[in-house]
Amino acid sequence: MINQLETSLYESMLSQFEIAALQQNEEVRRTAFEEFKTLGFPTIKNEEWKFTNVQPFLKDNFELNRYELSQADMARVSVMVREHIDAIQNSIKGEQKGAYRLIMVNGIFCNTLSILPDGNLIRIKALSEAKTEIPYAKHFGKIASVKGNAFTALNTALYNDGLYLEVTKNAALDMPIHIINVVLAEHHTFIQPRSLFVVNSNASVEIIETSVAANGEHIAWVNGVTEIAVAENAHLHHYDIQTGHKNLRLVQRTEATQEQHSNYSNYTFTLPGTDFVRNNLALHLNAKDLESHLYGLYLTAGKQLVDNHTEVHHKFPNGESNQLYKGVLLDQSKAVFNGKIFVYQDAQKTNAFQQSNNILFSEKATVNAKPQLEIFADDVKCSHGTTIGQMNKEALFYLQSRGISEQTAKNLMVNAFAFDVTQKIKIAPVRVYLEKLIASELEKRG
Amino acid sequence: MKPGEVHAIMGPNGAGKSSLASVLSGRPNYEVTGGSVTLDGKDLLEMSPEDRAREGVFLAFQYPIEIPGVSNINFLKTAMNEMRAYKGQEPMSAKEFLALSKEKQKLVEFDAKLVNRSLNEGFSGGEKKRNEIFQLAMLEPKLAILDETDSGLDIDALRIVSRGVNKLRSDKNAFIIITHYQRLLDYIVPDFVHVLSDGKIVKTGGKELALELEEKGYDWIKEEAVN
Repeated sequence: MINQLETSLYESMLSQFEIAALQQNEEVRRTAFEEFKTLGFPTIKNEEWKFTNVQPFLKDNFELNRYELSQADMARVSVMVREHIDAIQNSIKGEQKGAYRLIMVNGIFCNTLSILPDGNLIRIKALSEAKTEIPYAKHFGKIASVKGNAFTALNTALYNDGLYLEVTKNAALDMPIHIINVVLAEHHTFIQPRSLFVVNSNASVEIIETSVAANGEHIAWVNGVTEIAVAENAHLHHYDIQTGHKNLRLVQRTEATQEQHSNYSNYTFTLPGTDFVRNNLALHLNAKDLESHLYGLYLTAGKQLVDNHTEVHHKFPNGESNQLYKGVLLDQSKAVFNGKIFVYQDAQKTNAFQQSNNILFSEKATVNAKPQLEIFADDVKCSHGTTIGQMNKEALFYLQSRGISEQTAKNLMVNAFAFDVTQKIKIAPVRVYLEKLIASELEKRG
Repeated sequence: MKPGEVHAIMGPNGAGKSSLASVLSGRPNYEVTGGSVTLDGKDLLEMSPEDRAREGVFLAFQYPIEIPGVSNINFLKTAMNEMRAYKGQEPMSAKEFLALSKEKQKLVEFDAKLVNRSLNEGFSGGEKKRNEIFQLAMLEPKLAILDETDSGLDIDALRIVSRGVNKLRSDKNAFIIITHYQRLLDYIVPDFVHVLSDGKIVKTGGKELALELEEKGYDWIKEEAVN
């Protein structure tokens, strides 16, 4: 049937599902699992995975994470969260604006360590406790398509628990919500976080995700799926700052649906550390007159592999999407950018823009960039562009010749290159934090 | 060279004038196979480009680089503060820096609008050269090397640039003026004129040597050198 049968992880997933199926006999899980069984883990023969060979990353002996958090775990998480917040506070001195705090540990909502807004404005709970919510029935498993997506199918079939976040109609939060995704791995662990964000009509919210992973000898594979529903006239600014270490592997699917006059803006920033990152961001513009923004910045180093795939589906007239991804590659790292824009037949007067720019700071770094446009309407404005360049050595010398150290000169040039993206960040402390992260990563690597 | 002196270096194409400027400022890809360069007793050739600048060497580029996204003013502030840190001085306050920048802009007739733009981005040839002189005014080097600063300048820009340089001349600094043409030396009057040919100084004289070169070309010197 499939040629991935040799991977032991695939076998292990099959038997895990048998066990899970006995406990939670849900249609959505079964359908998803059938899809996963048919697809298997992708190989480079799959067009979507052409430049990203995931097979070597799957060889380790992973266990599916299904355990409850112990007291000792919680104590550890508490320290990790404290240190993480201190580090952030430290780097954004003078910029404090404050944020609510939402702690997730291996995909499990951790209420005791969280500092949440007024429950009238926003409802936050474990996904397992949200099954009676009306938006849950409407959206869960219906936004992120499992069809052809092995990892999404696997997550849908076998996710443990997750986060349910619903912003009340007309609510506007005074501060952003900072989600800290904590990763613990006592052995090689396969973690499958699952989230559903619902932003009801006229509501607006800013969500900032960061992650903190215990740096141990064990490998953590995080296969996350986030479904997002943005209702009429609702606004969601969604930031994801991806940091990690070499024993962390991440596949994240973020899929959103949007209604009329809504705005969903996604900002994905990937920094050195995590061995392997694959982001799949898919937006469905399910009404007319709305806007979407997709901003990405990746700074890659070591032997890191960072892959960003985006899809924007313009289905109705007068939609606007703006996409700008920038990459700076160091060492022997590799980056992939694949951006697809679909303009459906009814989507007249669509404005869809896509730009991907990369600079290689090393002769051993590689970029594969692939923009794709599929347009079935005849009255649209669409553009795409990709550039791959090298660091301008003459510019570097120019800065040095004015007394600026090589390190500072490189920082200046990277910041200048990233500026088009960083200036789009609406929350000043986030911008400062990101710039500090970039500067310290560049400094570490010389 | 002594403080207060202006040395002009002239010579035909390919004589090694720009190579000399590159070697002095530490441009990568140049290897010094013989000789030595010292500034106030310190070996320049051992230093990185930034340390040479911090010791007081300044190169006004023949082709100043455009760096989009780096603001002119932020770039200069970074440069000045790194130089101050090198000398063990406190960084300048924003207020001090701004005052100094205003003063120097005026001195070298550099448009305030350009100061806030990205470094040299979209500047005309003349504006780029004036920016070099503005940077020179801000950084106050001991030794300034002007590499064909006159190339690509119209007569008005040439006057402004020269006026700036003349104002910056003092008994504490020295200039090396690299040029093809005598024209620039009408405005910036040198103490010495050296003729460079095939990488060697083949003749040295006063400012009148430049006039002679303008009239006769370089061939007679080459012949003289061979004989």
